[in-house]
Amino acid sequence: MSVDTWAPADGETAARPMDLLRFATAGSVDDGKSTLIGRLLYDTKSLFSDQLAAVEAVSAARGDEYTNLALLTDGLRAEREQGITIDVAYRYFATPRRKFIIADTPGHTQYTRNMVTGASTADLALILVDARKGLVEQSRRHAFLCSLLRVPHLVLCVNKMDLVDWSQEVFERIADEFTAFAAKLDAPDLTVVPISALRGDNIVTRSENMQWYEGPSLLHHLERVHIASDRNLVDVRFPVQYVIRPQSTTVTDYRGYAGQVASGVLKPGDEVMVLPSGFTSRIAAVETADGPVEEAFPPMSVTVRLTDEIDISRGDLICRPNNAPMVAQDIEAMVCWMDESRPLQVGGRYAIKHTTRSARTIVRELHYRLDVNSLHRDETAAELKLNEIGRVRLRTTVPLLADEYRRNRTTGGFVIIDEATNRTVGAGMIVEAA
Amino acid sequence: MTSPAAYQVSHLDALEAESIFVMREVVAEMERPVLLFSGGKDSIVMLRLAQKAFAPANIPFPVMHVDTGHNFPEVLDYRDQRVAELGLHLIVASVPEALTKGMVRESADGMRNRIQTPVLLDAVEKHRFDALFGGARRDEEKARAKERVFSFRDEFGQWDPKNQRPELWSLYNGRHHPGESIRVFPLSNWTELDVWHYIARERIPLPAIYFAHEREVIERDGMFYAVNEFFRARAGEQPFKAQVRYRTVGDASCTAAVRSDADTVEKVIEEVAATRITERGATRGDDRVSEAAMEDRKREGYF
Repeated sequence: MSVDTWAPADGETAARPMDLLRFATAGSVDDGKSTLIGRLLYDTKSLFSDQLAAVEAVSAARGDEYTNLALLTDGLRAEREQGITIDVAYRYFATPRRKFIIADTPGHTQYTRNMVTGASTADLALILVDARKGLVEQSRRHAFLCSLLRVPHLVLCVNKMDLVDWSQEVFERIADEFTAFAAKLDAPDLTVVPISALRGDNIVTRSENMQWYEGPSLLHHLERVHIASDRNLVDVRFPVQYVIRPQSTTVTDYRGYAGQVASGVLKPGDEVMVLPSGFTSRIAAVETADGPVEEAFPPMSVTVRLTDEIDISRGDLICRPNNAPMVAQDIEAMVCWMDESRPLQVGGRYAIKHTTRSARTIVRELHYRLDVNSLHRDETAAELKLNEIGRVRLRTTVPLLADEYRRNRTTGGFVIIDEATNRTVGAGMIVEAA
Repeated sequence: MTSPAAYQVSHLDALEAESIFVMREVVAEMERPVLLFSGGKDSIVMLRLAQKAFAPANIPFPVMHVDTGHNFPEVLDYRDQRVAELGLHLIVASVPEALTKGMVRESADGMRNRIQTPVLLDAVEKHRFDALFGGARRDEEKARAKERVFSFRDEFGQWDPKNQRPELWSLYNGRHHPGESIRVFPLSNWTELDVWHYIARERIPLPAIYFAHEREVIERDGMFYAVNEFFRARAGEQPFKAQVRYRTVGDASCTAAVRSDADTVEKVIEEVAATRITERGATRGDDRVSEAAMEDRKREGYF
């Protein structure tokens, strides 16, 4: 048994390798999000006594009535001074089945920018609501952003069930309302769990107080939700990151294309096409530093060698001749604007980074700005300010090798960079390209 | 047809793939990268990942050690051995030299943590490095939990935590003006336990001080410090022999050991999995200065 293979704790016989699940949390402090994260960390023994002692000391010094677990993630001086969360914080915990990476996104300031950032890499998003208040505007906004970013799994935690007498009726009303809303968003897999983060009900183990609930505890769900099939194993997309050509006397005539598999499965012998040139060849070998492999699939970082000598450089893409992405300079995309100083404007010129390819772009059209609360489209909008989302048409200096974002999060996503300040000012999701 | 379930990767493979991707991005997009190599376990793992990222070619950048002059001899030996084995170019940015030249002054408490920052920045300027690989992890410390994988530094090497570039998907923005630079942290998403599992899996040799051994120590603030030329016992502190190991390797004047019987990688993994104290909390006198000690040092250009 290799060291990253653990025996499952729940008595299942087959040892399986521990895998990795990334999830984003959304909700405000009032919903009990910090308490929930604190409990997940504490109950999986990922919260250390010196961290807890430091938080208790700071809470006491500030005169908080309870240990404020938000201080665990609010690490910056300004956050502690102002009692707010400024930025996405990453937290880690593991059970014998899985390693978890939490992108904890703050509830108020720069909300959309942070949520979009956290959701961009998430396999799952966890949305919290207070059982006493039910769905609020913010819960709908969270759900919309998760669907925009195509987070494959959504979990709604109806928290503070202890404060509504563990009422099945309250829970079902909120669950039904949310399910109906999520259906309109074309939201993916949805699970709803009644919890009390403070008391630990349905967090790690099933609650004694809610016998009527027949679903899994939150951690049980997080450990078992099936994420392997979320990856696109159909469309072969291998953006070339770097060409390895050893300048060495022992290794001669070696030319390998290094990159991370974005989607699909690459095998030696496969016929492939290289874009944008359109030349075809066959895969001679798929290599790693530990030797050749039979297959490469996401998220593996490998080096591909071809049977023919073709001119290939960073930014090119290897695919199959009968299944290629769009080669396009006109891009229709949803864009979330992230810069406070200057808004996105029609006619604006920017740098763009898409897979391993960089280009320049000009904003040809702003079709509409989307109100993330009402989903109303404002077609009179002339610009996108910080945290605003809209549908744009872009023209790029060189073709992008792109797929629709809904089909491929790697070849469908891009960032916009201000060429004067070098800041990342926007995130884009391709709707269509030509 | 293989079932989709077969296309799974372990968490270590996923972390390795992400780190390799990050390192290749840097080499493809930046002009003059360098890897900060201290001989500590995180930088050792980073060096292994660099080997893997560019094989069969050699590692395409030099390594740099910011030498405080307060070293554990085992670690220096290890550093020199690795550098020779891999045929690397080693740059030493020396704090003792900077002290001699009058570039920095010894601080009152004798700790050299803060004064290594100007020495680091001076070397960056001299060699015109625009990307510095560091082995920092987000699980280590709460300021680090908010730092980007590609962390922008201005021409003074300063980190501005309130003004960080959003980092989405795996699209890293390394653009910068001349004189500015990017600190890159390929191990951002690794935990201490992940690092140890990887060391075990890859059978990576480590400096001996990471494993339990008998050493003469004194106890101060609940931590065990080795008595040596850089660390003297104060009046009333009685040195005694204890079975210890180091969880982190830093400046020998402020890095403490922990009591331990773990003399193999497997035993260290068991110990780390069971411990209830973070590695910096258990071993670093320098982080105890204030709640935001790390953030303050990073703002000044620290690792």
